[in-house]
Amino acid sequence: MIRHDYSRVDTKRRPNIDYKKRQFAKAEFQQQNYDHRLNFYRLPPTAEITLEEFETWAISRLKVLSELESCSFRNRSPEETAEYMTSILSKHLPLHSNSSRSQSLQDERRKDHYSHFILRLAFSSTEELRRRFSRLETMLFRLRFRDDDFRERQEFVKDLSLEWEEVDEDEKRELKDQLMAASSLKKGDEQEWIKVDWERVPELVEQRRVLMKRGKAYVPQREQQSLVVADFTKRLDEALSLTARALPRLDEDDRLAPILAHLSQSFNSPDAAYSSSDAEIDGLSSIRANSIDTLSKNFPLCMQNLHMTLRANSHLKHYARLQYTLFLKGIGLSLDECIIFWRKSFKLMTDDKFQKEYKYNIRHAYGDVGGDANRRGRGYTPYSCHKIITEPLPGPGQAHGCPYRTFTPDNLTAMLQRVGVQDRDLLKAVKEDVNKTRYHVACNRVFEYSHKREIKKVKDDGSWSAADLDTIVHPNAYFKRSWLLKHVGDGNAGVVAGAGDKMEE
Amino acid sequence: MPHSVSPESAPADESTQTMSQATSQTGPGTQEDVTMGEASTPAATEAAKVKLEDMFDDDDSDDEFTSSAPQPKPKEEKSSQQQPAATFKISDRSSFSEPDVMRAFYQRLFPFRFFFQWLNHSVVPSKEFAHREFAFALQNNILVRYQSYPTHDLLRKACVQDVPPRIDIGPIYSTNPRDRKTLRKASSFVPVSRELVFDIDMNDYDDIRTCCTGANICRKCWAFITMAIKVVDSALREDFGFKHILWNYSGRRGAHAWVCDKRAREMDDSKRRAVAGYLELLKGGDQGGKKVNVRRPLHPHVERSLNILKEHFSTTILDEQDPWADEEKAAHLLGLIPDTTLRAALQKKWESSPSRPSASKWADIDSVAKSGALSKSSRDLLEAKQDIVLEYTYPRLDADVSKKMNHLLKSPFVVHPATGRICVPIDPQNVDEFDPLSVPTVLDLLKEIDDWQGDEDENGEKKLQDWEKTSLRPYINQFRIFVAGLLKDEKDGGGLKRPREEGGDAMEF
Ligand SMILES: [Zn+2]
Repeated sequence: MIRHDYSRVDTKRRPNIDYKKRQFAKAEFQQQNYDHRLNFYRLPPTAEITLEEFETWAISRLKVLSELESCSFRNRSPEETAEYMTSILSKHLPLHSNSSRSQSLQDERRKDHYSHFILRLAFSSTEELRRRFSRLETMLFRLRFRDDDFRERQEFVKDLSLEWEEVDEDEKRELKDQLMAASSLKKGDEQEWIKVDWERVPELVEQRRVLMKRGKAYVPQREQQSLVVADFTKRLDEALSLTARALPRLDEDDRLAPILAHLSQSFNSPDAAYSSSDAEIDGLSSIRANSIDTLSKNFPLCMQNLHMTLRANSHLKHYARLQYTLFLKGIGLSLDECIIFWRKSFKLMTDDKFQKEYKYNIRHAYGDVGGDANRRGRGYTPYSCHKIITEPLPGPGQAHGCPYRTFTPDNLTAMLQRVGVQDRDLLKAVKEDVNKTRYHVACNRVFEYSHKREIKKVKDDGSWSAADLDTIVHPNAYFKRSWLLKHVGDGNAGVVAGAGDKMEE
Repeated sequence: MPHSVSPESAPADESTQTMSQATSQTGPGTQEDVTMGEASTPAATEAAKVKLEDMFDDDDSDDEFTSSAPQPKPKEEKSSQQQPAATFKISDRSSFSEPDVMRAFYQRLFPFRFFFQWLNHSVVPSKEFAHREFAFALQNNILVRYQSYPTHDLLRKACVQDVPPRIDIGPIYSTNPRDRKTLRKASSFVPVSRELVFDIDMNDYDDIRTCCTGANICRKCWAFITMAIKVVDSALREDFGFKHILWNYSGRRGAHAWVCDKRAREMDDSKRRAVAGYLELLKGGDQGGKKVNVRRPLHPHVERSLNILKEHFSTTILDEQDPWADEEKAAHLLGLIPDTTLRAALQKKWESSPSRPSASKWADIDSVAKSGALSKSSRDLLEAKQDIVLEYTYPRLDADVSKKMNHLLKSPFVVHPATGRICVPIDPQNVDEFDPLSVPTVLDLLKEIDDWQGDEDENGEKKLQDWEKTSLRPYINQFRIFVAGLLKDEKDGGGLKRPREEGGDAMEF
């Protein structure tokens, strides 16, 4: 049994030392020596760097984190992400192993160390930024952990002195079958297990990838990564909230403040992919509740599905209502018209019930009611594809989400055929995309197919630039582009021509 | 969302906040005084934290308190009128929603003392109770949030005065919920602990339930809830090591679990999500097709659950629910059989006798397979059949309720506003015996008190409490024993002492 007291390393010592003293005690302005390629970022940097280094190093790391975020946004698998990130990492934030005997090992590691701490400062101001920073730093750490040299990684882990207990031979024998079943191992796979409080490996528990016994999780050695990563995230989260509390003082340093502010501003949320300009569509006069049926032909599949479900059941469950309401808001449906739309759609519901239980929620989505922040922000932003694709799968009776993800292949095909997509090759390609969990690729493919002629036209006459036809990553962008393409040159607001009279009713 | 109101679902309306401090007019004949004006615009400050997802949490699951909309409030608030004494007589015409009935209930039946100990984890009043949020759903459907009470006596007084038809319980906050407005920083008002809760509602079984619809239940479909309790309870105890799990009837057609172990109460939302995910098996909406896709070999939790559920499958599902009796439903069953040869053979067989009962259709799968119509291995067929058993029996949890520390959940022992039944504890050891239809209603109980013929005084015996004269007695005793067990463990250190990670490391500059 190995039992390292990891809390002794710093947490227990900390409370006894006044923070100022601690800072001065360590403020020897020395270069640190980095034994390992990987870093848990427990110690803040102590040596001085130039203002220029401060900024350029931070920007390098920012570039890496943004690329990582876009990988997760595009649903890349860990392998695809690793492959995609290789060149970006070696350009902006290279880290070589000890065995490489590179001359610049210490410099690389210093840059990694410092840039991490600079961004901590830049991104600790709000809960939202802290959460994103922590998530991306965790991704980066996991990526590096995965491809670290095996032996160097073991040394790094050993130095971390994390606390766990090995499962002894007797217990292993007793629980053999259950251990194998829980960790999906085959006979003959030589395995070691460690036993920890299950709270240390919530992600493994959530996915049922460990054996659970009276509060202990039996973690296979190969899942060590999860343990280490979970610890990394936990420490980072704690450190970030400490940094947040220390921030007011940093504002006084007028050399750093503008740089930090600039850094956090350039770290734009992908959910911001919706811009209010999406609601201002040339030629589309103000939308009325009763035009939604017609306009729904230009909706992406997720919203068409909600619309059809609504028409079929005269009802939608809450997440579906939310997703759809925000989308409708995003295409420019006013609050009053939106209330009319829902009131008429819920045919079977009494006025009283509607007023009491539904109206307020619609008003809230529009920022008409609710707290100051909600009203100032005009309610919630319409959901992006990323948000829709990453939220939990719908349960029985629920219709929200992205159909490319939530439908079985057969149901998806049937649905696509229903909205006018008949081409067999295309359906096959969509199926392949979906298999690879490339839902947004499938959706864009369907878009390009159903707007083939129009896209060709605007490309040929040069009226649209390539940027105008970039990958669609937001349902509202889908609608806007679809509507504009179908109305190129006709300026006939509200009259929807073109293919696809496949809507029911 | 069944049986629960989401944390932010009520508008933090200043005017409603004060409702319970003022007196709500509830006596007969005061209704005329209530002006049904336009709903006031909520002057919310909390709403910085309002999650829109939660705003839509009302869902259609029929449940008791679903409105999150601000309701009209009485324009003028009169001073408290003379409260009826405990002499209120119940008549056959009384309805359980009447304030007088509710008042008698809180005065004579609700077990405030054990309730207090349950939430306080000690007999000595502490922050555990004083900083706990209670939310009252009042007669006029206003939800009054962030109420708190230092002692059980003050909670009792408030209940007798406001006669809430429903009480919800939230988390323990870092500061007294009533003081939250006076705090300088929003970050000083955060939820710090709370029982891990589960909500099982018949609503989620509507696609496989054939005996009843909507809010109705019978003994046949209650078996779904019974199965769910067995599976969840054994996982929580054996896998997670929790000991103090309070199961409660939700008053109509579901059950709640309150995991009260210290270790459970201290879990942050990521841990709660992990437990919910561990227990969640059925995935996919109505268009998602096959709802069960589990790895093989089965995870020990799934294996154990399957063993528990197998027994129920032939009685509860095949015989009582008979879910594939009609052709359309049988088509769904066929869809769950991956072997195309077998599927075709079965289809043919059932076309000639479409109304074969489910038990026969289920048996057909094996017999037709044995007669040679199997293109895949028998192992594949066995696994497909296991998946079907799980789809029809495995617990369907309303996972969102469990994932957040600050989700409100209806309190035990309150009266269900629609059925009048008390939300009594369910003994997980004898869950098969629990019959929701024989749970007493508030009117039954008040009548039992009136009918009580005991002669306690003359014998010189200790005077009985009112609840001891009623059929609520065994339930309150059960609760009392549960609370005593919890308090004992709490005294011994709550099972597990966890080192405080952050220490008192205040960052000062
Ligand atoms: Zn029934």
